[in-house]
Amino acid sequence: MSGDHASAAIAGQVRHVETLLERRGLLADGEIDRRIDEFLAGGSPANGARIAARAWVDPAFRERLLADANGAIGEVGLSMSGGIQEQRLKVVANSDTEHHVVVCTLCSCYPIALLGPSPTWYKSEAYRSRVVRDPRAVLAEFGLQLPPDTRIAVWDASAESRYMVIPRRPAGTAGLSEVELAGLVTRNGLIGTAAV
Amino acid sequence: MSRINDVGGMVGFPAIVEETDEPGFHADWEAHVFAMNSALIRRGVYNLDEFRDAVERMPPAAYLEASYYEKWFAAITTLLAEKGVATPEELTGG
Repeated sequence: MSGDHASAAIAGQVRHVETLLERRGLLADGEIDRRIDEFLAGGSPANGARIAARAWVDPAFRERLLADANGAIGEVGLSMSGGIQEQRLKVVANSDTEHHVVVCTLCSCYPIALLGPSPTWYKSEAYRSRVVRDPRAVLAEFGLQLPPDTRIAVWDASAESRYMVIPRRPAGTAGLSEVELAGLVTRNGLIGTAAV
Repeated sequence: MSRINDVGGMVGFPAIVEETDEPGFHADWEAHVFAMNSALIRRGVYNLDEFRDAVERMPPAAYLEASYYEKWFAAITTLLAEKGVATPEELTGG
């Protein structure tokens, strides 16, 4: 379904079910709005970017992060336990010989606490089906041309396990502070569909 | 046997479309569906695995036609009926 008419129709159906749940005591007053606000305020790619920048400037943190991401992200005040259930996090780091990219082929599993709401393309059948079959071509469509000898690892997230990529630190950034470095990191870089 | 959601490696889907400056939700009803699901799981009306299963056992044609949050809403109403919270007629307002 698409278009304004279809959208108005489903909006009405959603409102109807919501009212029914309120009448049956399964939704409290204001609960919907509160949960929406919490979700939108809860995570953003700035969180993932902070982790990446710390990993760039602190080799010991990087090691802890790659060995035990759930524990290490606590050092920068982040956690994977804020949602409905705690999720296992694995962080993988790009190098000059290997590039990592994340997908959820079965649905839409994504580290929301670290990246915020996922983009529609991440949840699309188009991305989920193709990135495991031909990652090099998919990355090229995102504007990321990898050398032919760069190995590509595709990580398939699941209900219990989430993944995040640490991009390679760009050249010429030796003089930047950790905060400035974090400002270079994008959401797509943390998914693996951009260089940084 | 794979279900329709198991699309890894499948061919024939359209090109990947990246939206610039994409909002968290594209319409209010999407945000409401998200919040409703979260509330129902936290209340124990159903759990996260049941929810995921309800999306994944949608009829294949309906699954492929539905947008992301349309799938969620379909799964929520399926589970509300199966759990006896409301009849299908009550849920559709019929």
